[in-house]
Amino acid sequence: MGKFWSLLFLLVPILGVLCFALAPLSGYWLPPDISEHGYKIDHLFKFCLYLTGVVFIATEVVLFWFMWRYDGRTNRDPVKFSHGSHNLEIIWTIVPAATLLFIAIYQMNAWADAKMRTPNVPAIVEVTGRQFEWRIRYPGPDGELGTEDDIHGVNDLHLPVNEQIVLNLKSMDVLHDFFVPQLRIKQDAVPGNKIPMWFTARETGTYEIVCAELCGWGHYKMKGRLTVESREAFDAWLKQRAAEQKATQ
Amino acid sequence: MSTTTVGSHAAAHTREPNGALTFLRTYVFSIDHKVIGVQFLFSTLLWFVVGGLLALAVRWQLAWPWSEMPLVGRMLFSAEGGQISPEFYTMLVTMHASVMIFFVIIPILAGAFGNFLIPLMIGADDMAFPTLNMLSYWFMWPAFVCMIGSFFVEGGAAAAGWTGYPPLSSVRSAAPGSHLGQTLWLFGLIWVGVSSMMGSVNYMTTIIQMRAPGMTMFRLPMTIWAMFITAVLQAFALPVLTAALFMQLTDRLLGTGFFVPEGLIVNGESAGAGGGQPLLWQHLFWFYSHPAVYIMILPAMGMVSDMISCFARKPLFGYKPMVYSIAGIAGLGFIVWGHHMFMSGMNPALGMTFMVSTMMIALPSAIKTFNWLGTIWGARIQYTTPMLFALSFVSMFIIGGLSGIFMAATPVDIFIHDTYFIVGHIHYVLFGGTAFGVFGAIYFWFPKMFGRTMNEFWGKVHFLLSFIFFNGTFFTMHILGTTGFPRRYADPYHFEIFAPTQTLNQFMTICALGMGASQLIFVANFFYSLFYGPRCGRNPWHANSLEWQAPSPPGHGNFDFQPVVHRGPYEYSSPHAAEDYFPQTDPPVEGEGQAQHGH
Repeated sequence: MGKFWSLLFLLVPILGVLCFALAPLSGYWLPPDISEHGYKIDHLFKFCLYLTGVVFIATEVVLFWFMWRYDGRTNRDPVKFSHGSHNLEIIWTIVPAATLLFIAIYQMNAWADAKMRTPNVPAIVEVTGRQFEWRIRYPGPDGELGTEDDIHGVNDLHLPVNEQIVLNLKSMDVLHDFFVPQLRIKQDAVPGNKIPMWFTARETGTYEIVCAELCGWGHYKMKGRLTVESREAFDAWLKQRAAEQKATQ
Repeated sequence: MSTTTVGSHAAAHTREPNGALTFLRTYVFSIDHKVIGVQFLFSTLLWFVVGGLLALAVRWQLAWPWSEMPLVGRMLFSAEGGQISPEFYTMLVTMHASVMIFFVIIPILAGAFGNFLIPLMIGADDMAFPTLNMLSYWFMWPAFVCMIGSFFVEGGAAAAGWTGYPPLSSVRSAAPGSHLGQTLWLFGLIWVGVSSMMGSVNYMTTIIQMRAPGMTMFRLPMTIWAMFITAVLQAFALPVLTAALFMQLTDRLLGTGFFVPEGLIVNGESAGAGGGQPLLWQHLFWFYSHPAVYIMILPAMGMVSDMISCFARKPLFGYKPMVYSIAGIAGLGFIVWGHHMFMSGMNPALGMTFMVSTMMIALPSAIKTFNWLGTIWGARIQYTTPMLFALSFVSMFIIGGLSGIFMAATPVDIFIHDTYFIVGHIHYVLFGGTAFGVFGAIYFWFPKMFGRTMNEFWGKVHFLLSFIFFNGTFFTMHILGTTGFPRRYADPYHFEIFAPTQTLNQFMTICALGMGASQLIFVANFFYSLFYGPRCGRNPWHANSLEWQAPSPPGHGNFDFQPVVHRGPYEYSSPHAAEDYFPQTDPPVEGEGQAQHGH
């Protein structure tokens, strides 16, 4: 039976790799990236995937081979009476330590770009999470938030394409999380805090805003729509919204 | 040498000379560590069933949302036409995780196996504080009552996730489960904490003070080292959680507002004066709950090391590096909690610091994996049920460990945070890792606990099915996570990008149902063997450690002789022994000393 069990364990790396190889082909994969910075995240994801993939295959195959080769029923060699190897311990401490340290340093810049180096442009919009919707607020013609001509909306976020966007994220009640998979952005909205997010969208279209932090029973239906459009279309839309708002006041 | 003789201490005072104890003192309010261990085992296994059923309900909803649950739907949710309501769904995910973590994994490792094994494996007659030990079990009961009861109060059970993040958890108007349910959840966890702390103090004292003559610290089996370091982790991390739980409690009951910002209005109701910070809870919670992840795996690592060495018939490879890496995991475990908060709004520069410490904690885990592989190299492996589970622990832990790197890489975490990728990761560590380790440990020590062996054939069938269905359920979660599929969603399919994943989810649910059904084989085997399993002698596996020298099951006071230890627990296939095992108590043979320290 030792051979049978070894082969069962060999299925783990085989099916595991197969799974990750077939998933992109069948569409179960990272959604297309439309952001300027997203390639760094995707690159790091693939970097981690290949690196861990190699370690995964190597360790699982070694496990299989030892299980196969050293099956007590068939292995007639005497047991290697060993308590360990100092040299091996040194090797398999230093090599992973150096690798891990490398991964740590390698990714720092991408993180700093995504979350630390806030661009020096004013926020184009303020998004506020609320059970279970996204409240959107644009500054009106005076260019300032918190004045009477602010343009309000719900779940309908429009942004110009190919421009550096800074978006201020807030919450009115509980924690939420502003997640747009195609933009590779995610940030918790915390009541009491105003947290800036920044990105550049490079492709026009409509995308879904996902709430990624449990916010109550309606968490699953907290869906917003993001429309990325040309500057002209965006300005026109904003003007039209302002007019609509004025008419209802 | 820090050994002590086996004193009878407190235990002797409560046991009459003729050994006659009332039924109540023998089986209910027992101070015998073995009985308490078995009490923990039965209670936690029962909770395992509860937690598993909650998980299956979650899976049902994700595969066929809003459809009537077969068999039980009408009975449970008659008002909703037999379907799960979104309110109830959030309770399901919250309670599944809370039950599995606080009522199954932590108490089954420390409470059941820690209790049963520590005195036996170090050659003591009982714990240092037997009465405290009894109390550690009975303080679980108020927690049991709180948790079960919370399902029946107005608004239902806690629904703010097992992480209980405020303001969702602490403001009553935020969620139905944030009424009395959340208060009961907090009380439940406080009671579990009291129980854990009692256990932890006892384990540390017992391991330091009550080792048999000759049992030096570096002759302890890995199980004991792991239990010891886990107890230290508990003792240092738990007070922080307890403080946080009380703070949330007073936020809820007295309006202290530790975690609620000023002027917060939820659902049209004021949340009180506020002046606090929601992130403070996250820091306090994870300061405990990240070390708790290690509390939930280190003992399993210890037990797996013992099983692998025994069935490899070969000494554990790198005993001391194994000990040091457990200590390393425990030490680093205190400075990585911030990796749960990369997206929380915490200072991203601090996030970078936590990223580096998190990367480094993968190192001791890697060292352990290599040493397990080293142990089976050149071995003569006996494929028993416990060995299969122990090897599957290694195989699954490799996956769980490696998938952790993705989350630790902060930029990657931006995408996969709070998706099913992390759900897959945690289940590879806690189910493929710990739960498989625990199954192995049950098959391994069942003969010592009950004097009978479990059926090997059905044990292997149980293993085979669990292994296949487990991977079917959880490996696919990584793939799901790469699509951005968020966790804790009652119905993600109205999102255009998640709609195509429903087929994958149905496949996972079918596997989960299969995994649930396979556990019936285990239950049947367990209970049948309890009464009709073949009786076994003291040492059915031909193992070295001390517990196998005691009778099966051991009577009160454990050993019918004074165990004296002459060597470490892993001298399998030693050239100095006549057999392929060499019990720790066997008298020393000539020339043995060199061989033992020759590594």
